[in-house]
Amino acid sequence: MSSKQPDRRKFLKSGAALAGGLTMGAVEPAITEAPADEQSVGEQSVQIPPQEFPNYSSPELVAYGLRSHHVESVREAVNGRPSPDEFGLLFHIGTPLQDQMGSITPSALHYFGTTRGSFVPDIDPATHRLMIHGLVDRELIFTMDELKRFPSVTRPHFIECAGNRASPRHRRIIDSHGMTSCAQWTGVLLRTLLEEAGVQDEGTWIVAEGVENVKGASSLPMAKAMDDILVAYGMNGEPLRPQQGHPLRIVVPGFEGILSVKWLRRIKVVDRFYMTYNDYGHLRQDPDQAALSYQIGPKSVITFPSAGQQLSGTGFYEVRGLAWSGGGAVSRVEVSTDGGENWFDADFRETPQPMAHTAFSFNWTWDGSETVLMSRTTDEIGQIQPTRAQFEGGQDNSIQPWRVESDGSVRNGLS
Amino acid sequence: MGSLKLLPVLILLGPAAALAQSPTFGLGRTPTAEEILAWDISISPTGEELPPGRGTATEGATVYLIKGCVGCHGMAGADGAAPRLVRRPARADRPNPDPWSLGRILPIRSPYAATVWDYINRGMPLNDEGILTADEVYALTAYLLNLNGLIAEDEVMDAQSLPLVEMPNVDNWAPLPDWAPGTPRLPGYAH
Repeated sequence: MSSKQPDRRKFLKSGAALAGGLTMGAVEPAITEAPADEQSVGEQSVQIPPQEFPNYSSPELVAYGLRSHHVESVREAVNGRPSPDEFGLLFHIGTPLQDQMGSITPSALHYFGTTRGSFVPDIDPATHRLMIHGLVDRELIFTMDELKRFPSVTRPHFIECAGNRASPRHRRIIDSHGMTSCAQWTGVLLRTLLEEAGVQDEGTWIVAEGVENVKGASSLPMAKAMDDILVAYGMNGEPLRPQQGHPLRIVVPGFEGILSVKWLRRIKVVDRFYMTYNDYGHLRQDPDQAALSYQIGPKSVITFPSAGQQLSGTGFYEVRGLAWSGGGAVSRVEVSTDGGENWFDADFRETPQPMAHTAFSFNWTWDGSETVLMSRTTDEIGQIQPTRAQFEGGQDNSIQPWRVESDGSVRNGLS
Repeated sequence: MGSLKLLPVLILLGPAAALAQSPTFGLGRTPTAEEILAWDISISPTGEELPPGRGTATEGATVYLIKGCVGCHGMAGADGAAPRLVRRPARADRPNPDPWSLGRILPIRSPYAATVWDYINRGMPLNDEGILTADEVYALTAYLLNLNGLIAEDEVMDAQSLPLVEMPNVDNWAPLPDWAPGTPRLPGYAH
């Protein structure tokens, strides 16, 4: 309908031609594949990217914007396991922390985790409901409109998957730390809804359950439910994305990510740990390991320079990173630029918030010699991020060293 | 009129109790019993919510074939693309290995048989969840328990018998910590 649509098609076509040209190399000029590209292509078309770009002034992009096509940062399947796989099933997808600016992850780049692979459901908010039942005085069922009428809160919180762990095999930060992201979440405190239903004295746990095919469910202690669990419908200023639980999810601040149940439909108040679907796979044999896998410890990582990146020469750099803790707000970040011999306080680039990624920075002048960069954080309840040697298992929050080589390349410093 | 009759009771209970007992916002409605029944698929570890139905391992072996479990999990729960469901034969030098050393095999790792039932009921078959009847879930659960030597082939599993099956990990799993806001993860651990 729109007069701009041919432009869009032209762009898509030239994009396909470019991709074809790249894979075929110079052997077969892409020109035969791209008649729409005539004005700008010649024999050089394989080497020179098309000068065309999305029409940022089109009605579509006026209605809902698009990032520049010069920006190429994307998420990636974790550990090389295809996601989606051949059946369209999604597995873990990491967020490109190496490119992130500030502490809020764009919704389109938020990491994706799953218990057993997921088909992302399409849920109509007009017909979606949340039911609260079990050991309550008043069982209740809410429409989305009713949930949005409750007093709301808006808070930044990170979510981190238990699968985020350090290894000498990791080549980039997306491999070692890509399964954590931080968004600004908007919703109702679960406490508000539970008080509306009236929790009975025996109600010591809840089970939160999604409406997707597999009905993923997690058990959570009432103390957490009554503290800061969010029943969220908003993310970074707009409704949740489908991959993040549209139209409704819980966000369990600071606890392992699997507990933040997506596509939330039901909360049952119960009298014990229910060992339900998501809980079973995370059972531990040792109580200390269970405790260390539950609330996430104090953790930080340098995002620039990080493994896989390249310094362009000697001189000044702002070392940047993120720090967070499941125990509250972080209170301090220290950086070492000499492999841990000397530590200096880094600067916070924002006011640290409880259970939220916090951006930090440290001014550094590289003299061109080999060295190792590290960061460590302390949180407001006094927990200190451990070295690899101090780390005793559970959710991996150990200090990540990045080795800077004399040619400016940056590698994983673990061996 | 009704509220006048309640007044003395509220005074006796005091304002705090009155607040705790009444909704503040008055939003939402009461679901019907049918609505709750239709959505409430949670089964506690001790199986209180298990529905009517029954099945044996012999019946489960057939369900395992005709419902397609075998396609992903392999013949008799082994050598499929999906997770293994049967323990490997014990080594001669380790006749009674720690169940945790056997890998994440659902009917071995799970400390409760009702949890196995719940997992199958809500999670299987992949992308076709919800097609199994209660009888079929009982039969499949019985089949997996029998494959792992926990019950006999003809033992009937139902809401009464299933929670009584003694699982190898029943006293061999870590409870979650008694969590409170603002407390370190583990007493005595600085990190």
